[in-house]
Amino acid sequence: MQALVIVAHGSHLNPDASTPTYDHADTIREAGVFDEVRTGFWKEEPSFREVLRTVESDEVYVVPLFISEGYFTEEVIPRELRLEGWDLEAWDSDGTSATHATFEAADVEKTVHYCGPVGTHDAMSDVIVRRAESVTGDPEVGEGVALAVVGHGTERNENSAKAVELHADRIDAMDRFEEVEALFMDEDPEVDDVTEFFETEDIVVVPLFVADGYHTQEDIPEDMGLTEDYRTGWETPAEVEGHRIWYAGAVGTEALTADVLIERAADAGADVGDAIEEVRRKTRNVGTAGDAGTDADAGAGAEAGD
Amino acid sequence: MRTPGPARRRVTDVNDAQLDALVSAAAEGIECDGLSVGHTGDGYRFETPDDTHTGLSESELRSVAAESPWFVSNWYHWDRSDRPDTERAFLRWLEGAEERSVPERYEALVESGIDASWGQLRIDVAPGDDGTRLYTVRHEADGDVAPAELDVLTDPLDARELVKHDDRGRYRPLKTAPTLPTGWAFVDLDGPALAETVEYVYPATIANWYLERQGDLDVNHWRETMERQSGIYGVIKTWDRGEGHEHVDWVAEACCDDSQCLKRREWEYDDDTDLAVDGGDGVFPCREPCSLVVTAARKWTKLEGERSRTYEFELTPSEKEQIETIVDAVADGEADDIREADIYEGANRYRARFLRAKRFDEEGRLCGVATDENAE
Repeated sequence: MQALVIVAHGSHLNPDASTPTYDHADTIREAGVFDEVRTGFWKEEPSFREVLRTVESDEVYVVPLFISEGYFTEEVIPRELRLEGWDLEAWDSDGTSATHATFEAADVEKTVHYCGPVGTHDAMSDVIVRRAESVTGDPEVGEGVALAVVGHGTERNENSAKAVELHADRIDAMDRFEEVEALFMDEDPEVDDVTEFFETEDIVVVPLFVADGYHTQEDIPEDMGLTEDYRTGWETPAEVEGHRIWYAGAVGTEALTADVLIERAADAGADVGDAIEEVRRKTRNVGTAGDAGTDADAGAGAEAGD
Repeated sequence: MRTPGPARRRVTDVNDAQLDALVSAAAEGIECDGLSVGHTGDGYRFETPDDTHTGLSESELRSVAAESPWFVSNWYHWDRSDRPDTERAFLRWLEGAEERSVPERYEALVESGIDASWGQLRIDVAPGDDGTRLYTVRHEADGDVAPAELDVLTDPLDARELVKHDDRGRYRPLKTAPTLPTGWAFVDLDGPALAETVEYVYPATIANWYLERQGDLDVNHWRETMERQSGIYGVIKTWDRGEGHEHVDWVAEACCDDSQCLKRREWEYDDDTDLAVDGGDGVFPCREPCSLVVTAARKWTKLEGERSRTYEFELTPSEKEQIETIVDAVADGEADDIREADIYEGANRYRARFLRAKRFDEEGRLCGVATDENAE
């Protein structure tokens, strides 16, 4: 038997934080290629500490629903899962290139294939593009349209910026959008000045975050000038300094993110049959998972950084 | 939901599949809840606590077995399952399989079903087709309400959204807080679906309960848990100053009391030092301080870094007691229940507003006393 375990941050304060995780788990469960699909959280239950003991399967693929390699993927998750002999070297990563490494967990008799985070997988570029399609309602979006991929920046972790740049570069190379830029919240180029970086009238802005919260639903919309006060919401698209900005919150809520979770497990050796194609097809018309979207109330109480 | 007529028929008949399975398993030997079946040179042996038959031919075995349908059905249901030991032990515990004899248990199942309690869940076990079980799960407070009158659910996954908010609509960050919402029932669940539903309502409780039963629960006490923390939680270990564990007693009293969490706290200060407060009576154990305790402990570590000092406040005796009443009301979660016009209650809103109007200065300071004189 093989199990997929999705590990995510969760929240003590925001009831919607777990919703995308549950939604992606359900999408993968319906694809039927894993005997079990479970979720574990840092701030909710089952905790990282106890999720593995809720799994029956001997082969467990653990995929972090996190954006970048860093404190959580390198230190917290391996420690809390009790991966025996975990060593960052096992991932052999340049900061965005971790795929997987295999360990035993000390408290259960299981083989754990510990995968890199969803945010750095190549397939995440497709999710960002899919988000651009769903927010504009145009499956061919690209011509005459610019794309900004927005990340937190290097405040805590330089790999966070690397992941944003990775996808901006990959999407730029697709030659689909007029212009593609990586922007950040706390370093240059800053998302506050989003309109200064683009010539085109239409700009799609996709934040590379896994779940909606304070940053995606309060900070970024206000910083970009979409709204004076996040609580009053904003238009999509919103007119800002002669540009039209299409913005709809964290990319991790896009249904296609389920595909990246499966691809991570497949890269680590899971037998996923045709689930990748199936999920790609099924999520095409779904768009945003959960209640996130432009609901400005969804962001209250995020616990960034803890 | 339970109709004694058909139920009685279902569990009192032995079907061919059960008998076929019994015959083929007899050679290997069967030992299950008082039923013992074997095969020797002189033929088959079929034994229950009340009867022993030996030297049976296969057809005699079949007819003898058909006269003890509950023993056969019980064996067929429990011993042929490929489900994990954890789940099987939990489901058997629900119907008291280790304590009650097969006839006792089946009589109870047929007469009125068996109910069990797990946290705030009431779980009803009823006989299903061919000796299987059907489970119903409700909030214990809805135990007298027919499931059909509640919001009827059948997909265990629905439990995840269900338990996110309490009856007042507030988010429940702790799944085992005694604030499970009411008004719903999961019906017609088989064993695996029941275990999955319980898993979503009270994650990992079955797994930890089973480990404890096996004597294998891996308890991590306060000290080792806080030593393990890193990042913004790394500071908590500095709260332990080798001067006793009174601070951890306060944490456990604040967060882990049965009024706050239904898990039974098994972690202590360290391996050699028990906390002074009771761990509670919950059926499932708590094996280490949870993320809520860790997060709160970080805040307390910072607050408890302050030294206490002497302030002088001028209060009437009733005002002093009113402050104590307000702290109690908030700590016991009763502030919202105090009626609008109940001015006899110290934590009533008008009473609190009067106290504030009289005793707070324009900067919100109690009796006009500065918090930090040096900052004046």
